[in-house]
Amino acid sequence: MSDRQNRKPETGAFFQRDRDWHAPAFTPGYKTSVLRSPQKALLSLDGTISEITGPVFGHSMLGELDNDLIHNFAKPGESAIGERIIVHGRVLDERGRPVPGALLEFWQANAGGRYRHKKESYLAALDPNFGGCGRTITDDEGCYFFRTIRPGAYPWPNGVNDWRPAHIHFSIFGHGFAQRLITQMYFEGDPMIWKCPIVNTIPDRRAIEQLIAPIDWANTIPMDARAYKFDIVLRGRRSTFFENRPEGN
Amino acid sequence: MVQELGYLKETASQTAGPYVHIGLTPNFCGIAGVYEADLGASMINEKTLGQRITVKGRVIDGAGMPLRDALIEIWQADAGGLYNSPSEMRGAADPNFTGWGRCPTGAEDGVFTFETVKPGRVPFKDGRLMAPHITFWIVARGINIGLHTRMYFPDEAAANAEDPLLARIEHRHRAETLVAAGAAPSYTFDIHLQGEKETVFLDI
Repeated sequence: MSDRQNRKPETGAFFQRDRDWHAPAFTPGYKTSVLRSPQKALLSLDGTISEITGPVFGHSMLGELDNDLIHNFAKPGESAIGERIIVHGRVLDERGRPVPGALLEFWQANAGGRYRHKKESYLAALDPNFGGCGRTITDDEGCYFFRTIRPGAYPWPNGVNDWRPAHIHFSIFGHGFAQRLITQMYFEGDPMIWKCPIVNTIPDRRAIEQLIAPIDWANTIPMDARAYKFDIVLRGRRSTFFENRPEGN
Repeated sequence: MVQELGYLKETASQTAGPYVHIGLTPNFCGIAGVYEADLGASMINEKTLGQRITVKGRVIDGAGMPLRDALIEIWQADAGGLYNSPSEMRGAADPNFTGWGRCPTGAEDGVFTFETVKPGRVPFKDGRLMAPHITFWIVARGINIGLHTRMYFPDEAAANAEDPLLARIEHRHRAETLVAAGAAPSYTFDIHLQGEKETVFLDI
């Protein structure tokens, strides 16, 4: 935010979330959702100050290797095993405006589909040089990038033979707590995407396609790493043409 | 034909999954050395103004079992009723209070805990004061899109009675699901995802 001091902070309420575009809470094909989905209607209200505000994080918080998953857990001089990739893109809001200063956090399995987590027991091996977490903050134009290895697919106990497509989890903080979002990025051309019960919680095919990052040859670094581009859209906010007056409009 | 509005669609949410800790609280799940500390682990320091409080609770599923893999974030005003955010236009919040915290539910007992301060009152859109409250956001395996709710305080009966959000809840007994149990300085806020005691969740 520091480099945008001349821009007046925006204080309008956010556009209503299109809950027909997002997955509903109850999606029985994804079994865990059955007992973890509210059954009663959500209480809707236009954003109050409690939701249109939100925390911001400074670039100074970041360590040098926070956006380099190939090296941020590796022993000195070593690196993670797998397909070296760069993931980059822009964070925009629904009006197409860049979201500078957005904190992105990401996590993923290693090249063999194994997560570094004590509850994970998949027989694929851990990579001693791969942790699987990273973070970065978007620049003035809303751009971000990080370096990692392409995660493998992995099996999970849902159906007898369900496998997740290769994916990277993303968590995003925009400018207001109402924009808070967690999602998953998939890779262009992966045949597993359309079989996945978690992907298929999303009812609209176009919304799924928005989660699939295309390979980006233009930004692929020869003899080093391929690039994937993944743009993220957060809720837009209303222009404050007419401010609500305390006494009412 | 008319012009297109030209708006983009919001990126669709997906579940945080069972390993959300790897990304958001790596030290909690044993990934040491990448970040110094887990983000949001501490909201206050010795200079923070206001009354210290502890907020504990669990997230309970439709079979009555606490989730042991959920992640909770809270967002609240400081003791003076100001948010530590660039969108806060009414003044400068306490610089020693972040206003934001993050805590996973315990892998054994499913309990989350926040050490924070009691928030001051902030105005609703029409200028009426809302009762002191803390905004909650819950993600976990099985939750496709993060759930928003609020916690109010049991020892603020008068303020709660005039709160514009609580007043919007048509079935009056459901308003109680947003009021924590206990008394200062220690409150318990259990969140029920489903069923008879289901917490009121918000579309905000």
